[in-house]
Amino acid sequence: MSSLEVKDLHVTINGSHILQGVNFFVPENKVTALLGRNGVGKSTTLKAIMGLNPGTGSIKFGGTEIVAMPTHKIVRLGMGYVPEDREIFASLTVKENLSLAARDEKPNYEMVYALFPELLTRTGQRAGTLSGGQQQMVAISRALLNQNKILLIDEPTKGLAPKLVTEVAKSLAHIADHSTMLIVEQNLALVKAIAQNIIVMDQGKVVFEGGPENLQDESFVKSMLGVSGGHK
Amino acid sequence: MSTFLLILITGIGLGALYFLVASGLSLIYGLMGVLNFAHGAFLTIGAFTGLWIATKVFPNPTTWTFIFSMFAGGIAAGLFALLMEQLVITRLYNRHIDQALVTVGVSLVVTALLGGWFGFDARFLPTPLWFTKAATIGDAIIPVDRFIYIGVAAILLIAMLSILKFTRIGLIIRAGVENRSMVTALGINVRLAFSTVFFIGGFAAGVGGVLISVFSYGVSPLMGGSWLIYGFIVVVVGGMGSIAGSAIAAMLIGITNQFANYYVTGLGDFVVVIILAAVLLTKPTGLLGKVSH
Ligand SMILES: Nc1ncnc2c1ncn2[C@@H]1O[C@H](COP(=O)(O)OP(=O)(O)O)[C@@H](O)[C@H]1O
Ligand SMILES: [Mg+2]
Repeated sequence: MSSLEVKDLHVTINGSHILQGVNFFVPENKVTALLGRNGVGKSTTLKAIMGLNPGTGSIKFGGTEIVAMPTHKIVRLGMGYVPEDREIFASLTVKENLSLAARDEKPNYEMVYALFPELLTRTGQRAGTLSGGQQQMVAISRALLNQNKILLIDEPTKGLAPKLVTEVAKSLAHIADHSTMLIVEQNLALVKAIAQNIIVMDQGKVVFEGGPENLQDESFVKSMLGVSGGHK
Repeated sequence: MSTFLLILITGIGLGALYFLVASGLSLIYGLMGVLNFAHGAFLTIGAFTGLWIATKVFPNPTTWTFIFSMFAGGIAAGLFALLMEQLVITRLYNRHIDQALVTVGVSLVVTALLGGWFGFDARFLPTPLWFTKAATIGDAIIPVDRFIYIGVAAILLIAMLSILKFTRIGLIIRAGVENRSMVTALGINVRLAFSTVFFIGGFAAGVGGVLISVFSYGVSPLMGGSWLIYGFIVVVVGGMGSIAGSAIAAMLIGITNQFANYYVTGLGDFVVVIILAAVLLTKPTGLLGKVSH
């Protein structure tokens, strides 16, 4: 069981009520994209699921209530997280970043290095000196090393050069084939390519849940996301 | 030349003592954001434990009994640090002001209890006879105790760096100093790292307490407080969370302090404050600071 059910989730940070009753469902073995304009609460939602922002309401992961659980216990239930802005450990080497993340008895290094061969040649390099794209590869690899039941991925292509966007998108499509994923992504071409469901948030609430075919509709995209066409 | 060497080695010896106090302070702040005002109490507890061993348990001091005193002082202070962390600090998780206040309280209680028990007069800590000898290097005559401080601090520096570099818990500590919440987001319980850092920091301060008793000719309940101030200065200059930064800053401050004092008595402390101000103005994160929060 790897589905995720969020019910009436509220998060208040420093007195501002950021999530105001968020409800959605992430089905098993499918990719669900969480969309919405900047500042509507997408990252806050992922952090609340991770236990990084204390929230109230209910979050059920594979049937287990995780809303008041400490973060490390939630993660050990099988949750992989790729945060916005990557948050790799700059002073640690690539290898140290990965070994820190490895918690399975047999972490799947072969898969990670097969997906990102670039990292293999840089295992001893400090992660802070990697390019943005390589740092994102480290961040994604941390989540893939273990047999996770769900992956939460926050804006993986943000700030990357176009060529790297394609590369990261390709690897995400590869991963998406056989996992449960909740992904926040502004690049609608990527969303269309990998997502089976979309959720749209606005001002701390979910305002739409449905299929990705809605993204073909220009007026839907414009009214929901405030952008036109398939790009930012 | 001989005076230069004497002052230099005395400065490095003093720096070694500063390092023993500052290293734990730096790690504790770097990882947990706790300004630990009880660190001076760790030092005092180490010194009193060393005194007890050196006067009551092995009243005839030899090199080995002294090493044992240092070790016992380190363990006692480390366990006390661990106890404080478990009983008090963990209950005030992420409440940094409350944590700092509580460590002030612990420090006052320890000072008052030891003062009530032993009085505030400095008590002599017996050492092996050879500690009071001097070594001749070229034409410089240098008291050997300096080399003991330097040697012990070097061993602890290497041990701490090795733990940080080569062990899993060390990896967690280094990562936690950079970004603690991301460490938990990898499924790691950071509490064990917190306890480890308190124990190691307490151990170093306790060993430092025994050596400082030798350096300043006595053990007193008030000794922790005055050395704590230097510890904080070293941590700020070296950078929070960096052991190597603490070591470099401790040497810098120890050496300049001694040279300044040689030319004008009392100028040393003034120069230390100048260094502190210069670092704060030009590089507020300290020489090798890693903490960005
Ligand atoms: N730590 C914080 N302190 C104060 N406000 C925050 C914090 N984190 C996020 N916010 C606010 O919460 C809102 C939602 O932010 P976020 O979840 O990052 O949006 P999104 O990821 O959808 O762009 C924003 O208005 C942001 O300013
Ligand atoms: Mg965001």
